[in-house]
Amino acid sequence: MRKNPATLEMQKRLSSFSEVSLGLTKEQAKEEAGRCLQCKNSPCISGCPVNIQIPDFIKMIKEDRPEEALKKILEKNNLPAVCGRVCPQENQCEKACVLQKKNMPINIGALERYVSDYASQEQGIIENKAKKDKVAVVGSGPAGLTCAADLAKSGYAVVIFESLHQAGGVLRYGIPEFRLPKKILDRELEYIKSLGVNIKLNALIGRTQTIEGLFKEGFRAVFIATGAGLPQTLGIPGENANLVYSANEFLTRVNLMKAYQFPEYATPINIGENVVVVGAGNVAIDCARIAKRLNKNVTLVYRRSENEMPARAEEVTHAKEEQINLKLLTQPVKIITDEKNFIKEIACIKMELGDADASGRKRPVPVKGSEFNIKADTLIVAIGQNPNPLIPALTKDLAINKNGTIVVDENCMTSIKGVFAGGDITTGADTVISAMGAGKKAAEEIDKYIKHNL
Amino acid sequence: MFTILENKPLNSAVNKLIIKAEQIASSAKAGQFVVILIDDKGERIPLTLSDWDKQQGTITLIAQIAGATTKKLSQLKAGDSIAHILGPLGHPTETEKIGTVVCVAGGVGIAEIYPVAKAFKEAGNRVLSIIGARTQELLILQEEVKRFSDELFITTDDGSLGRKSLVTEPLKELFSSIEKSTHTKYPDLVYVIGPVVMMKAVSDLTKEYSIKTIASLNPIMVDATGMCGSCRCSVDGKTKYACVDGPDFDAHKVDFNELSQRLRLFNTQEKTVL
Ligand SMILES: Cc1cc2nc3c(=O)[nH]c(=O)nc-3n(C[C@H](O)[C@H](O)[C@H](O)COP(=O)(O)OP(=O)(O)OC[C@H]3O[C@@H](n4cnc5c(N)ncnc54)[C@H](O)[C@@H]3O)c2cc1C
Ligand SMILES: Cc1cc2nc3c(=O)[nH]c(=O)nc-3n(C[C@H](O)[C@H](O)[C@H](O)COP(=O)(O)OP(=O)(O)OC[C@H]3O[C@@H](n4cnc5c(N)ncnc54)[C@H](O)[C@@H]3O)c2cc1C
Ligand code: SF4
Ligand code: FES
Repeated sequence: MRKNPATLEMQKRLSSFSEVSLGLTKEQAKEEAGRCLQCKNSPCISGCPVNIQIPDFIKMIKEDRPEEALKKILEKNNLPAVCGRVCPQENQCEKACVLQKKNMPINIGALERYVSDYASQEQGIIENKAKKDKVAVVGSGPAGLTCAADLAKSGYAVVIFESLHQAGGVLRYGIPEFRLPKKILDRELEYIKSLGVNIKLNALIGRTQTIEGLFKEGFRAVFIATGAGLPQTLGIPGENANLVYSANEFLTRVNLMKAYQFPEYATPINIGENVVVVGAGNVAIDCARIAKRLNKNVTLVYRRSENEMPARAEEVTHAKEEQINLKLLTQPVKIITDEKNFIKEIACIKMELGDADASGRKRPVPVKGSEFNIKADTLIVAIGQNPNPLIPALTKDLAINKNGTIVVDENCMTSIKGVFAGGDITTGADTVISAMGAGKKAAEEIDKYIKHNL
Repeated sequence: MFTILENKPLNSAVNKLIIKAEQIASSAKAGQFVVILIDDKGERIPLTLSDWDKQQGTITLIAQIAGATTKKLSQLKAGDSIAHILGPLGHPTETEKIGTVVCVAGGVGIAEIYPVAKAFKEAGNRVLSIIGARTQELLILQEEVKRFSDELFITTDDGSLGRKSLVTEPLKELFSSIEKSTHTKYPDLVYVIGPVVMMKAVSDLTKEYSIKTIASLNPIMVDATGMCGSCRCSVDGKTKYACVDGPDFDAHKVDFNELSQRLRLFNTQEKTVL
């Protein structure tokens, strides 16, 4: 039987922001590791975007050598405790696992988390020899952190510039405490700093300093990893009403600024009793589960059916356990406000599924005459994020695609020589691990570029 | 950490802080602002760059006590520090030479108009400034603004200094005297900053005369890097993020009613802390 980690009891879950998944115990982990067939061709590895040597580290767990297992993972992945918690393994390594055929793939995610939690993280070795070439990384999300760590390991002096007052990108401001405790993130950041990476906070590149200015300061190359931080809007009347939040504002207030601990933390969050979240990705589910913990009645509104929900399976399960109402096949069309411009109701229309669209998902079409209203005193719009437009807008000659992503060639280089980019800023909103994959690839390319241009 | 070199009250409600912040001072421009976070449990609040000194590597912020964070700020001493300051933020004000510019400000908005008036003047414009406050005691930076204005008009609500009127009165008179005269021209630009009602009144007036007017908007901000959408305003029927698209906008196109309603979003909650 596949071993799944226990979860926090419901009472505690809804009354706190404590982590929901409790992780595997040593016995469970060893047993789960024992199920692995150690396949010669290891299909699981090909399912992993950063090629972690999965069977090897699983074997080390089985033999109760978690420290070595950690070293094995760190060869490829600088953020194992994060990935073990937030990667959609069901679409990656576990999907490729041979035991998937029996519907019982190895719980690779839980094992990865076990290793990183269990083994005390060793600190990196800071190279003593003077580091010559300086590389600037813009943005401290998973793409930036990975690129910086890999470059530091290859002997570069790396400075990360981050506009917020804390590092981590979405891992900090987006993903909530009960899914990714910030202590865990801090520990991963300590590891990356121990490799010699310098993180400069409160530095908005484009304003505090420009890309051009970075080269003048002596940086040999720049990696842009500014993510997809621009909220998409519904584009319906009333969207600027009071208590209509973008997911980003809601998440930033609660996660980064800790509004759930107001007034100990000074930033407030103002939400009503009946909270509606629109969307069905990880972001929407996170917003809904946070609102639930703030003791609210929460409804998730989505225009397709449950099958099409893009969020990680585990999160959807948790959301349902936490009694978040799902209102599927429903699309908001208008926000109705009171005389002070606070949201009062949402006018919606029912949808039905038609033919598949370009993404292969069935296209939702409105059902004529099916309009109805939902009572809501707060709306959180979580229907997606676009690439962050600030650097493209403030950097001459940086080419962007129609959808706002930065253009890069097969070597991750942008239209400006020596400037590289990767992660959500080049792909649009994606996943932690694909951003890390991009950071890794960029680190290799930057290394080649600098060596070539000595 | 950013060290406070000086923090002195300009009156009972407004403080002036000089802070060491070399990098920000080196690239600051008129019309830009910063976001400060006093300590890690604090709130991020936006404040205009009222002045800066590239040589000394310092910036000047002028803050009115509005709630918990600005109150705490007013109590800090020289030698204390502010954990985080991000900036400079926002588009700098376009201050090239265009002719005659009228700068209108009310209350703590005077701290925000000062660098703008100065930049317009230094670019070679004729600058008329109209500054107003509730009462004499609350009127700040009179001398500083005067230094960069060809003419300065002062108004107070209670008549304790200058004219007993709103800032719109001298503006109205200016326009009607120009209307009657054969040799004077309307100003080329009006720049306004202050409470929303004031900006709206000025904007309504200049609209009648079709005089180009820029307002510097002050919606509630969180990240101030264009990520959260808290600062969204309707300009010409389109949603704009004041922190990155502004804070300056064509006043005649701004939905001031929506802005004032959005500014009241957190009123009840912050009160519980004070
Ligand atoms: C709520 C939420 C939940 C998610 N859940 C999951 C999940 O469970 N699993 C998963 O795989 N993925 C998840 N994702 C997606 C994943 O987090 C992102 O794909 C990933 O973080 C992208 O990494 P990145 O490094 O490209 O950018 P980001 O993580 O967005 O980091 C970009 C950083 O750059 C900074 N920055 C931006 N502009 C500038 C500038 N001009 N100067 C300096 N710094 C700047 C930003 O402040 C930010 O810190 C989730 C996303 C969200 C929002
Ligand atoms: C671009 C910009 C420049 C500004 N420049 C100055 C300045 O130079 N001097 C000055 O005194 N004030 C300035 N303000 C206003 C200042 O940011 C607010 O007074 C301050 O945030 C109040 O915080 P508080 O915690 O003390 O009060 P709170 O009790 O939090 O709020 C009091 C009122 O201030 C407004 N406010 C609250 N939080 C914010 C926020 N995060 N962003 C904007 N407004 C908010 C709301 O209307 C609120 O009702 C500026 C605002 C903006 C947007
Ligand atoms: S595919 Fe599955 S069973 Fe085979 S080595 Fe990988 S994890 Fe083990
Ligand atoms: S303050 Fe967040 S987008 Fe402007």
